[in-house]
Amino acid sequence: MNAPAATQNLIKGATGDWEIVIGMEIHAQVSSQSKLFSGASTAFGGAPNDHVSLVDAAFPGMLPVINAECVAQAVRTGLGLKAQINLKSVFDRKNYFYPDLPQGYQISQFKHPIVGEGEVIVDLLDGRRIVVGIERLHLEQDAGKSVHDLSPGESYVDLNRSGVALMEIVSRPDLRSSEEAKAYVTKLRTILRYLGTCDGDMDKGNLRADVNVSVRRPGEPLGTRCEIKNVNSIRFIGQAIEYEARRQIGILEDGGAIDQETRLYDAGKNETRSMRSKEEAHDYRYFPDPDLLPLTFDQAFVDGLAAELPELPDAKKERFITQYGLSAYDADVLVAERDTADFFEEVARGRDGKAAANWVINELFGRLNKEGHTVSTSPVSAAQLGGIIDLIGEKVISGKIAKDLFEIVWSEGGDPRVLVEERGLKQVTDTGAIEAAVDAIIAGNPDKVEQVKLKPTLLGWFVGQVMKSTGGKANPQAVNDVLKAKLGIE
Amino acid sequence: MTDLTRITVAQARDGLKARTFSATELTQAHLDAIEAAKSLNAYVLVTPEKALEGAKAADARLAAGEAGPLEGIPIGVKDLFATEGVRTTACSRILENFVPSYESTVTANLWRDGAVHLGKLNNDEFAMGSANETSCFGPSVNPWRRTGSEVPLTSGGSSGGSSAAVAAGLCLGATATDTGGSIRQPAAFTGTVGIKPTYGRCSRWGTVAFASSLDQAGVITRTVRDSAILLRSIAGFDPKDSTSADRPVPDYEAAIGRSVKGLKIGIPKEYRVEGLSPEIDALWQRGADWLRDAGAEVVEVSLPHTSYALAVYYIVAPAEASSNLARYDGVRYGVRVPGKDIAELYENTRAAGFGREVKRRILIGTYVLSAGYYDAYYVKAQKIRTLIRQDFENVYASGVDAILTPATPTPAFGIGEKANASPVEMYLNDVFTVTVNMAGLPGLAVPAGLGAEGLPLGLQLIGRPFDEETLFALGEAIEQAAGRLDAPRWWS
Repeated sequence: MNAPAATQNLIKGATGDWEIVIGMEIHAQVSSQSKLFSGASTAFGGAPNDHVSLVDAAFPGMLPVINAECVAQAVRTGLGLKAQINLKSVFDRKNYFYPDLPQGYQISQFKHPIVGEGEVIVDLLDGRRIVVGIERLHLEQDAGKSVHDLSPGESYVDLNRSGVALMEIVSRPDLRSSEEAKAYVTKLRTILRYLGTCDGDMDKGNLRADVNVSVRRPGEPLGTRCEIKNVNSIRFIGQAIEYEARRQIGILEDGGAIDQETRLYDAGKNETRSMRSKEEAHDYRYFPDPDLLPLTFDQAFVDGLAAELPELPDAKKERFITQYGLSAYDADVLVAERDTADFFEEVARGRDGKAAANWVINELFGRLNKEGHTVSTSPVSAAQLGGIIDLIGEKVISGKIAKDLFEIVWSEGGDPRVLVEERGLKQVTDTGAIEAAVDAIIAGNPDKVEQVKLKPTLLGWFVGQVMKSTGGKANPQAVNDVLKAKLGIE
Repeated sequence: MTDLTRITVAQARDGLKARTFSATELTQAHLDAIEAAKSLNAYVLVTPEKALEGAKAADARLAAGEAGPLEGIPIGVKDLFATEGVRTTACSRILENFVPSYESTVTANLWRDGAVHLGKLNNDEFAMGSANETSCFGPSVNPWRRTGSEVPLTSGGSSGGSSAAVAAGLCLGATATDTGGSIRQPAAFTGTVGIKPTYGRCSRWGTVAFASSLDQAGVITRTVRDSAILLRSIAGFDPKDSTSADRPVPDYEAAIGRSVKGLKIGIPKEYRVEGLSPEIDALWQRGADWLRDAGAEVVEVSLPHTSYALAVYYIVAPAEASSNLARYDGVRYGVRVPGKDIAELYENTRAAGFGREVKRRILIGTYVLSAGYYDAYYVKAQKIRTLIRQDFENVYASGVDAILTPATPTPAFGIGEKANASPVEMYLNDVFTVTVNMAGLPGLAVPAGLGAEGLPLGLQLIGRPFDEETLFALGEAIEQAAGRLDAPRWWS
């Protein structure tokens, strides 16, 4: 628990070093067709209150019925987090009044969550690896949305989200910097997307974080924490932590004390503000929901889901390193999204893995990022990119021509092999043609011919000239060989 | 011609089938009786057009030979059951304008079987009460009076409208709900039969919730056979209620007349409570004798945690109620009393919409669930609830088939008579019935004769889970011995 802090994580205050301690509660919307306890659609968008059943609006006599798919999704997620799956869990009512909470209580899991302890392995950019403990994952209902800006004297309520299933994933306070926190959320989101249990779309609010931040002197017990509610982008998570840590250090160094409270992050002003203090905290009066029996399933159900689980990022990364000989960094980049990894594997199938990774990461990703595309909307398909790599391997085209060819495929499409034929991009390996070109350059530059005998590095100039005169199509190795022979240098 | 409002469901079924009378005639007779008995305040809403329309359709189906099991039987519905297009208030001001767009599963089952909907029956507000006095429509009145007295008596609660209507011939049978005795106590007070089936036997979907782990729908009728007939219709698995039982519904009527010979009947010694009237005690003894005469074996049994039941009930039920009633906030439906902000809107709406007893129970429930009190009250109550359930399990494990107790500690009392008493005195009405809800068991209240004041007295039979059939067989034996009770119709 009190492992020595990695020195790179310490931040300097006026009176010495401080360590930040961060724990997170991630609310991830379960990917499902219908809500946690009703048949209403979970589709995003739609007119206000379009996706609301009598259950969601808490009409008299309405009862919740658990959505089996949401249960399966929570179990899959638990398996993905290498966590304890609880064969029996209990839904509780969390009671409080708010207009976007029609029942007057949220159905959640308090004492007996569906998933217990697990872990997430996070590889950081600086090469360190941290293991973040997962305390629990539970299922709960999302609330609706209050709309305050439509009328000066009234608020409106949209219940489309009311009752949508959320997974609350609670980490241990194992994170020590904003970078670690961001990397953790990024990794968790990757795992959820691989599993298909949450789309991780933070813009739509489908993944939100409550961030618990405290500071302490290295080696000392945990300080008083503040909870920053509902942060909805990875960048903001980082900024909120930085601000909050600085704020707390400032208070402590001035001799003050931290009040345990709930705070909001204002991205516009880049600051956190107090929302409510511990004294104002709700008494939620949790008790088991008598409308629902305890949620039970057997180990066979869990095993069935485990058997169908896709390969997860950690395993895929290890495999990419061993199977394709990739660097850890390249493997990390490729496995970050399942689509990307799949694309890479399609390109790499039957080809040199390193070459495939280079092309995917350097050429394709660079271009995709520049144009705001993703692999799923890439104008160059895996088959086309593979075709280009094949042509290089077969020495049909040079690396340089390959880049030109990539441009043509990107903007015009087509089969790379056919394009090479049609446009005469084929590498010239015909020694006769190369010899003719070399002869012409030698004949036209007697002075350089004299100089190269004294200074062999000038050979590069001759190669460039030949390549230029052949429109880049000459095989560079062949040109080199012919030149050396004709100029008589070793 | 027979008075069609004095016959039983079984007789009506036969008469309709034989075309002795039509469903329309039967329904009209009841509508007329309702009109003449307004002073009983049993109905809070009569739906004559809907009723006659239903009767006409029933007559058509009867003529076509397509009659359902309850074809043409006029039924009253406790106002706790949501009825599509028909105002449903739970007898609370907060829902005084609420017209559901949906039909409760229990009532939908009745209409599926051909029953005719006469209207909505009075009850205590949100079913919280034992004298129908907390209804926003005022109390229903018991058709029974003390001999030589005109003092209006309570028809019990919370299903006081149901019991009054059945006893007064304002319907052939009525739906009711029971959370701590709300079917059995009103039945006992009015000389009618009330069945609270096993928890999970009837769907709670579409029924306004009071305490979800205790609430169960049932019926009040004039005979045990009629209860068996109606229960078969309303019972059954409902995928919309996660606590409903997925098991077949037996033909309960087949249990009527089944021999009770050899059945072992338990008499729980702990139910001989202090203050039990000698009259009720004698009645209990008489009931045991009748069953013995019919061939049953009567044994004394022990339910040692009985004395805690009432206290535990008044923790568990308000706790659940405080949460169940949070939805009545004036935001989406029902009464809204505006305020300067949302908190004030809540306060104004709930202050104006809920009556005193409902507010009291919300406060009690909120208190016992609060941080710092939860373990001392709610958790402890749940533990004792488990012990109470185990008491019954132990008795049944020893070979007892059913348990016989009084239904209530006293006969019906005067309306308003307990108005100035402490709420606890009113709560004591439930002393024999709450244990059954705590354990989720079936309970049947059967009239067992008139007391010294000329008022009906009732016995209660408690069964094994899902063994309503044994209760009907035993109830029929008591009914045969005690004879049926018919209230003198002083109001018309």
